[in-house]
Amino acid sequence: MFALLRDRKVRGILFQLLTVIGLVAFLWYIGTNTVHNIEQRGIQTGFGFLNGTAGFAINDTPIAYNETYTHGRVFLVGLLNTLIISFVVIILSSLLGLIIGVLRLSNNWLIAKLSSAYIDLFRNIPILLQILFWYNVVLATLPSPRKSIEFFGSIFINNRGFYVPKPALNSTTISMIVAVFLAIIIIFFLNRWSNKRHENTGEEFPVLLTGIGLIIGLPIIAYFIGGADMNPSYPVLKGFNFRGGKTFYPEFLALAFALTIYTATFIAEAVRSGIEAVSKGQKEAAASIGLSGYQALKLVVLPQAIRIAIPPTINQYLNIVKNSSLATAIGYPELVTVFAGTSLNQVGQAIEIISMTMLVYLVVSLAVSALLNWINFKMKIKER
Amino acid sequence: MKSKIAKISMAAIAVIGLSASVANADTLSDTKAQGYLKCGINSGLPGFASADSKGHWTGIDIEVCRAVAAAVLGDSTKVKFTSLNAKERFTALQSGEIDLLSRNTTWTETRDASLGLNFAGVNFYDGQGFMVHKSLGVKSAKELDGAAVCVQSGTTTELNLADYFRKNGMKYKLVAYDANDQVVKGYESGRCDVITSDSSQLYSLRIKLKNPSGSAVLPEIISKEPLGPVVRQGDDKWFNIVKWSYNAMVAAEEAGITSKNVDSMLKSNNPTVKRILGVEGKLGANLGLSKDFAYNIIKQVGNYGEVFDKTVGMNSPLKIKRGLNALWTKGGLQYSPPFR
Ligand SMILES: N[C@@H](CCC(=O)N[C@@H](CS)C(=O)NCC(=O)O)C(=O)O
Repeated sequence: MFALLRDRKVRGILFQLLTVIGLVAFLWYIGTNTVHNIEQRGIQTGFGFLNGTAGFAINDTPIAYNETYTHGRVFLVGLLNTLIISFVVIILSSLLGLIIGVLRLSNNWLIAKLSSAYIDLFRNIPILLQILFWYNVVLATLPSPRKSIEFFGSIFINNRGFYVPKPALNSTTISMIVAVFLAIIIIFFLNRWSNKRHENTGEEFPVLLTGIGLIIGLPIIAYFIGGADMNPSYPVLKGFNFRGGKTFYPEFLALAFALTIYTATFIAEAVRSGIEAVSKGQKEAAASIGLSGYQALKLVVLPQAIRIAIPPTINQYLNIVKNSSLATAIGYPELVTVFAGTSLNQVGQAIEIISMTMLVYLVVSLAVSALLNWINFKMKIKER
Repeated sequence: MKSKIAKISMAAIAVIGLSASVANADTLSDTKAQGYLKCGINSGLPGFASADSKGHWTGIDIEVCRAVAAAVLGDSTKVKFTSLNAKERFTALQSGEIDLLSRNTTWTETRDASLGLNFAGVNFYDGQGFMVHKSLGVKSAKELDGAAVCVQSGTTTELNLADYFRKNGMKYKLVAYDANDQVVKGYESGRCDVITSDSSQLYSLRIKLKNPSGSAVLPEIISKEPLGPVVRQGDDKWFNIVKWSYNAMVAAEEAGITSKNVDSMLKSNNPTVKRILGVEGKLGANLGLSKDFAYNIIKQVGNYGEVFDKTVGMNSPLKIKRGLNALWTKGGLQYSPPFR
């Protein structure tokens, strides 16, 4: 028995086992204690509230919703809005961050200085302040609905939002969407094929130009095949506000803008440090085999730099998801605002609601980490 | 990183608070032991709760906190105020961050019966109204179809708004914010056409606007908003104390006891006055308080009428009439069960 305990492996397992048992016991104690206390205080428990009528409106809903829907639906609306804002900001801040990161190292003194000034400024102002600032600036500078800025009689900008025509979901639009996906798939395989051919024969194929042609051309063809009628609903001023069309609300725009501007600074820094980490020798070698500055950047420097820049960038993606919850300040209806905020206030079931909310963030975080690991694995420099 | 979901972590702490705090609550002893009352209030609502430049709080809700402190601790200044927005208030009370919530909170069935709360009275009978930009030319709430409406989220206001438009077959665009300041900013910048809140507050909101005369309050009152102090469920003794501290203010007004005459009233031979002031009987002891608890309230805080006048009534900038808040003997609803 004691001899067994002297074995390091056995001892290790034993201690791990004890820790797990202790943890489970602790959680169980907290759990039962909490439920007991809550019931004593006459606070409702359980998830029945998810079927209860919410009773309040939400202004920006990607799926059908009105005040007669349930709190469960509120959860869904909030979740979708969190995902939408995060997705949009991830795309925009990646693009902006990449550009600024490269410009920051430009040989042009002015461009380099401007880029670094931008980074220093926006990285150091608390994001909440930035959100409030942009939001109130947006509201203050845009005109009222009756004095909207107007384009082609069908696009309107005012302090209630950005209104555009919204195509109906019919055969035309569906074929166009399919065409876009088709184009992407074709480009993917085209790129593969051209790379192989380039390796084997040294011949270049204009992938970029063909790609742009496909992305634009295929949907146009699809437009005519699908019946050439998008049957859009146009925004029109009726009474106080515009109705019809698609609205991008000021809350969404300000939040997306603020988060993009802020997060791009971190991504730019990640890109910059990635580029700087690529040894000078590589750039010189690229130049010596006759690559232009742009070619060297695209073919030699960026592929290596990106490997270094990806982990910190994905960390920023996680921060975007979390920071999107700061939307409560300006009332963009994402998960924390409507579900962990308004619903919680109506039904008072903090434990259930906060657990669900935390679970969402946990799942998103784990998913993004898994993605990161996968990308890291894929992007590892392959030894040949 | 530090900004991540500040809100969630706060609620999580509240959750832990729920799990850790003991079940057999004795708020009275706890309050006495710590020497001050933990009272949750509005962060800034003229007439109800607002702080002057020296950080001194005034308002009708503030006086309820003071009255309870005077009753329990004998000193109306022994209050620790915690300002809360509409969404935070119930979690703060449930988790024990505060022991009394006096923040223009409407008494509703759901809040009373399913949030683990108890309403200890109604210190202000209110109703919900609308304020619009005059330039819109709107004269009645019935003309608001399609309007964008600014509202504070986590309030009954938000729910009544949905009901009202649904009932009248009208549509609206909701613009909901957590903070009242942002609600006002949203309205001023034209993000919404209308602002809606408890009507007592519309007037104080209007005073705060850059151009008060550019806005008008519409005539409709669309709801009942009985506002009152709230305690946690499960501590009946504490519930009684808050209830009767408030009743003492109303009963004092009815009996003609004021902060000025309370000392001479000690010698009154009216039995009701004698019982209220603890000269006769053991009403204080029944509550676990000293026999002069009501004397302390009236002396240090004043009776209901005095408090009303100086915070929201004719001696205040708001100039709200007593209306529903007059004593029952004067056609209002303020009524204290008998002190006996
Ligand atoms: N009586 C309502 C509304 C209470 C409420 O929070 N009102 C808002 C204005 S409608 C308020 O007091 N805002 C001031 C602040 O949060 O500073 C309720 O209990 O839900």
